[in-house]
Amino acid sequence: MNRLDTGGDSLNSPPLSSLSLEALKIEAVKLRIDILRMLNAAGSGHPGGSLSIVDILTVLFARHIRRVRPGIPDPERDRFVLSKGHGVPALYAVFARLGIIPREELLTLRKLGTRLQGHPHNGSLPYVEASTGSLGQGVSIAQGMALAARLDKSERRVYTILGDGEIQEGQMWEAFLSAAKYRLDNLIAILDYNKGQIDGFTSDVMNIDPVTDKLVSFGWEVQRIDGHDFPAIDAALEAAKTREGRPHFIVADTVKGKGVSFMEHNAEWHGKAPNDQETAAAVEELEQLLIPAMASQS
Amino acid sequence: MKTPTRISFGETISELGGEDSAIVVFDADLAKSTQSIRFGKRFPDRFFEMGIQEQNMIGTAAGMALSGKKPFICSFATFVVGRFETIRMSIAYSNAPVVIVGTHCGIGVGEDGYSQMALEDIALMRSLPGMHVIHPADDVETRQVVRYLVEHPHPAYLRLTRQAVPDVHGEDYVFRFGKADPLRPGRDAVVFCCGPVVSHALDSAETLALEGYDVRVVNIHTIKPLDIDTVVAAARETGRVVTVEDHSIIGGLGSAIAETLGEILPTPILRIGIRDVFGESGSSEALYEKHGLDAKGITLQIRAFLEGTPAFHRANSSAG
Ligand SMILES: Cc1ncc(C[n+]2csc(CCOP(=O)(O)OP(=O)(O)O)c2C)c(N)n1
Repeated sequence: MNRLDTGGDSLNSPPLSSLSLEALKIEAVKLRIDILRMLNAAGSGHPGGSLSIVDILTVLFARHIRRVRPGIPDPERDRFVLSKGHGVPALYAVFARLGIIPREELLTLRKLGTRLQGHPHNGSLPYVEASTGSLGQGVSIAQGMALAARLDKSERRVYTILGDGEIQEGQMWEAFLSAAKYRLDNLIAILDYNKGQIDGFTSDVMNIDPVTDKLVSFGWEVQRIDGHDFPAIDAALEAAKTREGRPHFIVADTVKGKGVSFMEHNAEWHGKAPNDQETAAAVEELEQLLIPAMASQS
Repeated sequence: MKTPTRISFGETISELGGEDSAIVVFDADLAKSTQSIRFGKRFPDRFFEMGIQEQNMIGTAAGMALSGKKPFICSFATFVVGRFETIRMSIAYSNAPVVIVGTHCGIGVGEDGYSQMALEDIALMRSLPGMHVIHPADDVETRQVVRYLVEHPHPAYLRLTRQAVPDVHGEDYVFRFGKADPLRPGRDAVVFCCGPVVSHALDSAETLALEGYDVRVVNIHTIKPLDIDTVVAAARETGRVVTVEDHSIIGGLGSAIAETLGEILPTPILRIGIRDVFGESGSSEALYEKHGLDAKGITLQIRAFLEGTPAFHRANSSAG
């Protein structure tokens, strides 16, 4: 099972930035396969919350984040902070597709000596902008980066992805207050609203709704989208570039475990790696989605 | 002269603000108490009033540091260090060179009582990999430490006092990061001390000298990284070790010294500090007296220690 065939191949594939939204959708399927294989090889990790953000990450890194590319990081790059750090396999898969890390390295996830730590560690890998994995801290960090960009009179934007369980943390709401106070219109927070956390549905564990109203009342510019609809993701990220003195929130309705039928909406798949059979079944299901694409490409 | 070291900080950081535009200062609704307001008044564009949001302040400063700024975050030591896990992740593990400025350390806080006193902060900060811990003894030292920390490329914790502390250094003093500061020679014992009680330790050594005890006093302004060579040499030369700190004896300077000597050169040790109890209200002076941290209390304890404890390494070496 520890092979990466039929996934996203960075060497022989066109750059993500050159692809249409339709083609990116196919890329995201391949990235899902990579994620499952990584998790399977690691024997642990978080599939549910990785699969729910991969579509957003694909569009974000393909079409919106500027100057993140192989090589030495450019100080003027946009920043991305994965506040919900446990979703990091999805980020590593995107990094491999961008050519930032060799694709084979994905299989070192969580192994001793790897750059691909189980949760993001900025000291281990470039473009991991901050260490996360203790939930609730990423918006504060992203806000600091956005303030620094402003002091530098730079056009840098800062993006961050949060979990719907994660925003139960009080520090998040501290940051929601302060980003509005500082009118950080270069800050874009994306809520991966996949409705689940570890102990069950977010609405049961500690309801966050009506989350959109709350965020609006905190002074953010809020959009709500289907987080698996590529044109909608793209349009929302585009709209979030307006500079009207308010920080931007994109509340993305997503499905935990998206793309693998037996993982979808199933809390059991929050933090468990698929075994060999499960991985084979999941990959087979995802590969079905690649057949029409391959046919139309040839 | 007596100066609260938080004022030394506030004055120095506002001077430095004019020299280095990368310096940014944060506070959490205590800017007058921490004296960060001095910077805030001169450089409003680089001063961030975060409200009563210590965790958010920690994270925001980390983001700034990771984008090349030089943040100083200010609050009472217990309130900011109390957000330990946020510091652990956002600053330490992210290796974000933020300077955490904790004022109102120790029982020296006085009347406000335990809730406002940091008695465990050195222990917490010292346990984080890569976190450096500095606790200056007076005005002159604090000014130099602040200037030094602007260029320090690592996370650091700076521990300061509410109350005025007497000068123990002359104007010609030179602070050296990570290097112990010998204040007084002596052969019968060595006192390692830090912060507001350094002057008490010096006064105590004076009194003991009148009784014929020759006590060395060394200021350990940098608690991490500890100047191991100086600590071990002093222990070897005197054979008896005393530590004095306005902090719990669990995890602070006394622990750092005991851990080090325990591995390298086990030496009889007396730890003077807060003995695993909470603080309470009272004047600084009354509290220092109650906890044996005034010069008189330190003298009593050291005298009893010297009378009851043979100087270990010296007793074992023939020359004596
Ligand atoms: C401060 C903190 N508390 C607890 C955890 C353990 N934990 C890891 S993931 C998770 C649930 C996160 O739920 P959510 O934010 O909704 O993420 P997703 O459902 O997308 O995985 C928890 C509680 C943690 N990482 N950090």
